[in-house]
Amino acid sequence: MTKKQKKQLFSIIIASVMLTGVYFITKMDMPWYCKALLYVLPYLTISVSVLKKAFKNLISVLDENFLMAIATVGAFALKEYPEAVFVMLFYQVGELFESIAVGKSRRSISDLMEICPEEATVLRNGEYLTVSPEEVLLDETILVKAGEKIPLDGVILKGTSSLDASKLTGESLPRDVEAGDRVVSGTVNINGVLEIRVTKLFKDSTASKILELVENTQKAKSERFITKFSKYYTPVIVLFALLLAIVPPLIWGKWSEWIHRGLIVLVVSCPCALVLSVPLSYFAGIGGASKQGILIKGAEYLEKLAKAKNIVFDKTGTLTKGSFKISNVTGDKTLYYLASAEQYSNHPVALSVKNGYKGELGEVKDIVERAGYGIEATVDGKKVICGNYKMFLDAQDKNGVYVSVDGAIIGKVEFLDEIKEDTPEAIEKIKSSGVKNTFMLTGDSLSAAQKIAEEAGIESVKAQLLPHEKVAHLEEILKTGTTVYVGDGINDAPVLVRADVGIAMGAFGTDAAIEASDVVLMNDSISKIATLLGIAKKTQSIVYTNIIFSLLVKITVLVLSAFSVVGMEAAIFADVGVLILAVLNAMRGLTVDKKR
Amino acid sequence: MKKTFKLEELDCANCAAKMERAINEIEGVENATVSYIQQRLTIEASEEAFEDILKQAQKIIKKIEPDCRIIK
Repeated sequence: MTKKQKKQLFSIIIASVMLTGVYFITKMDMPWYCKALLYVLPYLTISVSVLKKAFKNLISVLDENFLMAIATVGAFALKEYPEAVFVMLFYQVGELFESIAVGKSRRSISDLMEICPEEATVLRNGEYLTVSPEEVLLDETILVKAGEKIPLDGVILKGTSSLDASKLTGESLPRDVEAGDRVVSGTVNINGVLEIRVTKLFKDSTASKILELVENTQKAKSERFITKFSKYYTPVIVLFALLLAIVPPLIWGKWSEWIHRGLIVLVVSCPCALVLSVPLSYFAGIGGASKQGILIKGAEYLEKLAKAKNIVFDKTGTLTKGSFKISNVTGDKTLYYLASAEQYSNHPVALSVKNGYKGELGEVKDIVERAGYGIEATVDGKKVICGNYKMFLDAQDKNGVYVSVDGAIIGKVEFLDEIKEDTPEAIEKIKSSGVKNTFMLTGDSLSAAQKIAEEAGIESVKAQLLPHEKVAHLEEILKTGTTVYVGDGINDAPVLVRADVGIAMGAFGTDAAIEASDVVLMNDSISKIATLLGIAKKTQSIVYTNIIFSLLVKITVLVLSAFSVVGMEAAIFADVGVLILAVLNAMRGLTVDKKR
Repeated sequence: MKKTFKLEELDCANCAAKMERAINEIEGVENATVSYIQQRLTIEASEEAFEDILKQAQKIIKKIEPDCRIIK
């Protein structure tokens, strides 16, 4: 608890004890002013802060402190002393609870924020200096000791270690790294000393990107609705209270009775339960997801995910491992030229060539990558073209990567892409969570795509698509309902942007994907999609429950108190009780049911 | 220019909504958000007017919640 919360708790306890005492003392026979004076003690103890704010805000009449002050001072005037103290007491309990609950949920998000390193040790002129990570330049060497966070993205020059990426990915198993490996900021160096060559400035580093992403929160439709609603709610209720206190007694008399009813209505005039619990529900959902290594850019996307009708997958790297194994090679120097031409590419095929070919590489320049086709480059002075059948008029079939040197095909390399172990189960779960249609859009050949789709359990397949064709197909699917697209972000950024919700998987270090997507999965396990859909559904149902429950209770109490069926106790419940229940309900979003 | 500030002792959700509305009405503010949950204020405005806008924002915040402060 913070200092302020402790102070608040302290005054609540003191006031409760005093109230109990005063309650029994005033059972004795005594004149009314004695009772009033006695009740003033606990009342002032508990309401000093509220009265102070109310007084300061005398001008803006509709401040809830002001309304609470009116309601309770009014109750005093009507000689309803215990009631006045009770109302204030419970109001304060509610406030305290609210601030504790919000503090707790904020902390669980800040746990994620802890990925951000405060300082970096950089090697300059043979000396190690401790500087702020913002000051480190590209290609400088930084030193990361055991237990420290890696401050900037880079490549290991020297040293071996295990890295803990659990804050980023939710994956608790440490990853072993050695010289030559790429490392990302935000991961923790568990043992060993690492010297790292910086490849990205702090502002472009993974840790900064993630922070930016989490802080950039789009408001959901229901949040905007509540903000609008709250603007009108309070004035309307206050007007209602005023009318209730003035109009009926003009007709029937009994002023104090009607004023009392009006005061009760005032207690219900704060839309707090709604204004707080709706954003809090989304925030808790986003927080719960982040614990699982799922980063959501805003409440809006949780809302959309909850009503997703179509889900579209990219194939390579999303449904499949994306680390192609070389299955067949024709021609002598085919692999040599392919590996040389693609040595700087990040395309999944290029990466698997790098893994599969350990021989020497030729000198490469004039590289032109053509998304959806292949790559052109000059290797050892010769014009090399590598790519799928679309690059070559004389390709025999549609499979594999062809390699031509100085205009003649010298051979081709075929690859085998394996489905991820958890894909079929994950697709099954996604379907059972209410998504109606599953699609696959891929640039790969139809036969390869169909094989994977069948294994995965995906219904519709569109293969051999160029990036812009993927967008066109997605547009068609979008017409039929809310559509989620899942890709690895490497060459499907336009599709990620176009979808209602774009999810990028395993987005370590691919900036384009992080920027283009609405949700980022920090690791590439596809089961997380089902978890995410579960979180979205749960959050949305919490939001609806809270809205309906709060409004229903408030309206009921309003009506009943107008007819004097219920007293101020019910009004307190409608205000603070509902707030507490709504907050508790919202906090359910933080715990994620892993089975889903 | 877009800048985010921490808010200290922002204690009620409804006040945050009120602050947001009021700060958005300051001349020169393109967009402002107050997040009660994150206890953050984000202001988007031109660089020259920024200091001045920030001062006005602090005044507004103080009026709605006397204890609340912008941390620079």
